[in-house]
Amino acid sequence: MFRFIVRRLLQLIPTLFGLSILLFIWLHRLPGGPETALLGERGTPESRAAIRESLGLNESVLIQYGRFVKRLVQLDLGTSISTKRSVTTEFLQRFPGTVELTITAMVIAIGVGIPLGYLAARRRGSFLDQFSVGGSLLGTCIPIFFLAYVLKAIFAENLGWFPTIGRQDASIEATHITNFFVLDGILTREWDAAADAIWHLVLPGVALASIPLAIIVRITRASVLEVLGEDFVRTAEAKGLTERTIRRRHVLRNAMLPVATSIGLLTGLLLSGAVLTETVFAFSGIGAFIKDAISNLDYPVLMGFIMIIAVVFALVNLLVDVSYSLIDPRVRVR
Amino acid sequence: MRAARPKAAIAVIAVAALAVAGCAESDRDNEGSGQSTKDTLVFGTAGDPKVLDPSLASDGESLRVARQIFETLVRPEEGGTKVTPGLAESWTPDATGTVWTFKLRSGVKFHDGTDFNAEAVCVNFNRWYNATGLMQSADVTAYWQDVMGGFAKNENPDLPASLFKSCTVKDATTVDLAFTAVSSKVPAALMLPSFSIHSPKALQEFDASNVSGTADDIKYPSYALEHPTGTGPFKFKSWNVADKTLTIERNDAYWGDKAKLKTLVFRTISDENARKQALRSGDIQGYDLVGPADVEPLKGEGFNVLTRPAFNILYLAINQKGNPKLADVKVRQAIAYALNRQALVDSKLPPGAEVAQEFMPSTVEGWNDQVTKYDYNLEKAKQLLAEAGASNLTLRFHYPTEVTRPYMPNPKDIYELLSADLKAAGITVQGIPLKWTPDYLNATTSGNKHDLHLLGWTGDYGDGYNFIGTFFSRPKDEWGFNNKALFDKFAQADSTADATARYALYKELNADIMNLLPGVPISHSPPALVLGKDVTGVKASPLTDERYATAEFKS
Repeated sequence: MFRFIVRRLLQLIPTLFGLSILLFIWLHRLPGGPETALLGERGTPESRAAIRESLGLNESVLIQYGRFVKRLVQLDLGTSISTKRSVTTEFLQRFPGTVELTITAMVIAIGVGIPLGYLAARRRGSFLDQFSVGGSLLGTCIPIFFLAYVLKAIFAENLGWFPTIGRQDASIEATHITNFFVLDGILTREWDAAADAIWHLVLPGVALASIPLAIIVRITRASVLEVLGEDFVRTAEAKGLTERTIRRRHVLRNAMLPVATSIGLLTGLLLSGAVLTETVFAFSGIGAFIKDAISNLDYPVLMGFIMIIAVVFALVNLLVDVSYSLIDPRVRVR
Repeated sequence: MRAARPKAAIAVIAVAALAVAGCAESDRDNEGSGQSTKDTLVFGTAGDPKVLDPSLASDGESLRVARQIFETLVRPEEGGTKVTPGLAESWTPDATGTVWTFKLRSGVKFHDGTDFNAEAVCVNFNRWYNATGLMQSADVTAYWQDVMGGFAKNENPDLPASLFKSCTVKDATTVDLAFTAVSSKVPAALMLPSFSIHSPKALQEFDASNVSGTADDIKYPSYALEHPTGTGPFKFKSWNVADKTLTIERNDAYWGDKAKLKTLVFRTISDENARKQALRSGDIQGYDLVGPADVEPLKGEGFNVLTRPAFNILYLAINQKGNPKLADVKVRQAIAYALNRQALVDSKLPPGAEVAQEFMPSTVEGWNDQVTKYDYNLEKAKQLLAEAGASNLTLRFHYPTEVTRPYMPNPKDIYELLSADLKAAGITVQGIPLKWTPDYLNATTSGNKHDLHLLGWTGDYGDGYNFIGTFFSRPKDEWGFNNKALFDKFAQADSTADATARYALYKELNADIMNLLPGVPISHSPPALVLGKDVTGVKASPLTDERYATAEFKS
């Protein structure tokens, strides 16, 4: 197991190296540069050229890449052209928001999706089953930003139960250490801050959970249906075991492999940043920031964030692979 | 045992949470968060501020914050653009017009308790003038270079000589600022936030000029990110980048009328609809750049929509080096007559917008009511085209996508209306949409592969040169013409010390421009900001210089 993990981690290095080269070439081939965004209509060809010169963008791509690698080895991802802060700082300040949002969305998706998928499979053909299947179709079809606006309009604007924007109420003046606002509230015993942060996570979490929930319901249902058709389940039922025991001991454990895979993939995707949800809820995560970086051609941010996200994605998938052996002892990771 | 797993997991998490609870120190003082929120105003902004040192900033959001914390020697009158006293009470030029003596206010202190005086003014001007290294980068000190040109020692040979020459302390409240030439920029440009006066002690303590790193990896000093120290009615409190909120609080030692609000919070909400929802639900009490279609509905709901006096211009640029027919003034006149600008203003622009008859708004000195006007006249347009032998003209018409500007809230709609007008006159139009940055700006302001395009400008300070000089004082690829007589007259206007004489020259220039017709001025659009139903005391400024010190919640 240990060797497996180490081997996978080492495989990351050449992957990242290749990714960085591809990214660099692609980004620098895009027409224009950050200077037009920086100056807007105030820019003249001369002032734009001056900025390109000062940012070192006129040098050969090879030289620029060399500088990038030299910094990367020192774990320095450079400075954002638009915010003037180090890319690492920007990431560390925004990623916790994305993580909290992802966790919230996945908790909702898993907590509701797996039981619902199981029940839909168990009571196949029933109203619940049809509702789950139809509902999950709806969940994947409704555009997230539309769902987000509707949720906000009903629950925040009209009913006033939830806040419309942000991660926390500014007037609470919470202390932030890790930038995981809920965790920070617990660490400092500012319980109102933690509660407020959780409150701000509800609507965006529900909006973001719509698609993973739909997918998890369908995959769980399909997987459980397959297991339910197995001989050993019929044997267990014949033996007179309770529903609960059958579910726990025989069905779920066997059905979880495909579900675990999809949970891993979905988590990885959500961690890459939920641009639409973050924008609609003015939720400070990496998604909206990357979108702006693309518009502004903020090369350091794009390089740095995409590389980090690749690492995160790889680690999440590694966790999923490791989890296989936990779910199913017959699977040995080598 | 297996059944216990999920329960065990939850138990472990709960225990862990309890274990770490209280592991860290709480930073807040416990006056209680139940304080009345009626002394806190949350303003929704479209983007994050970049730096808190306005000398190094050029984006609107950084400058909005800076305007509350810092002050300049002169400032625009509230709600207008005229130069009025700021930290200086009066200013007079000498006989040559190049040395200006400023009499400063006394009894003013910086937020760190140190005194504002002539010495402080010189420390600030010298800091900018003597900038070295990366601080000379066009990206870092954009406005200084815009106004003053270069530095004491230009490290880049392409930088022009500096307009600023020296600062001399005469006594504690008198300072002489010397310039190398007479210029229309003095003293008007000194109202720009870039010329805010900072505390010399803070500048030194937090190494404000230490812009380090390498050209492609600029690192800003902590002064610019954490310790801005000015003289203004608000002082900097905290900036939570993770949650996109910046907080400033009342300066109780302010020399003038203290702010009525205790706290002002700037919260970034990049999506316009989200800003509207936040306003309606009370999460924010104001935001800027209200969409034209939202002005009436928000007013109807009881919100305070403040319309700024228009200080911008939208124009249709004509590149005389594009299609060769465009070099004929009759063709350009035909284009002007073909455009029904009033219909555009009535249907596509916010309430309060008006047709532009020249390239600067009427509130700026030097505006000329007697310029040649080109009222909509389709027949005349067709006739002129026929006379010029251009009845079958095909023109490229660039317009931007993925952007709204205060002078151009909906580029595509504007393009569609104007191109329909041109088509009616017999001109075939090839619409070319391009992404605002980088494609559109590059395509239309450099090279000559463009015929017509939409662009505009928002004035920086109250002098006409900032408009027409920016456009027409020298040859530019955007317009594709070279008219020495015009450029010489601009140079003359720029170096005329006497304001009245200069404004007379601006009037002449406006008349000349509207005869030469390098483009067609389209409209002035007043951008609007909206404040909560119970918020009063704020006056809209054409220069986006709203003073929140006078804002209060009426009970």
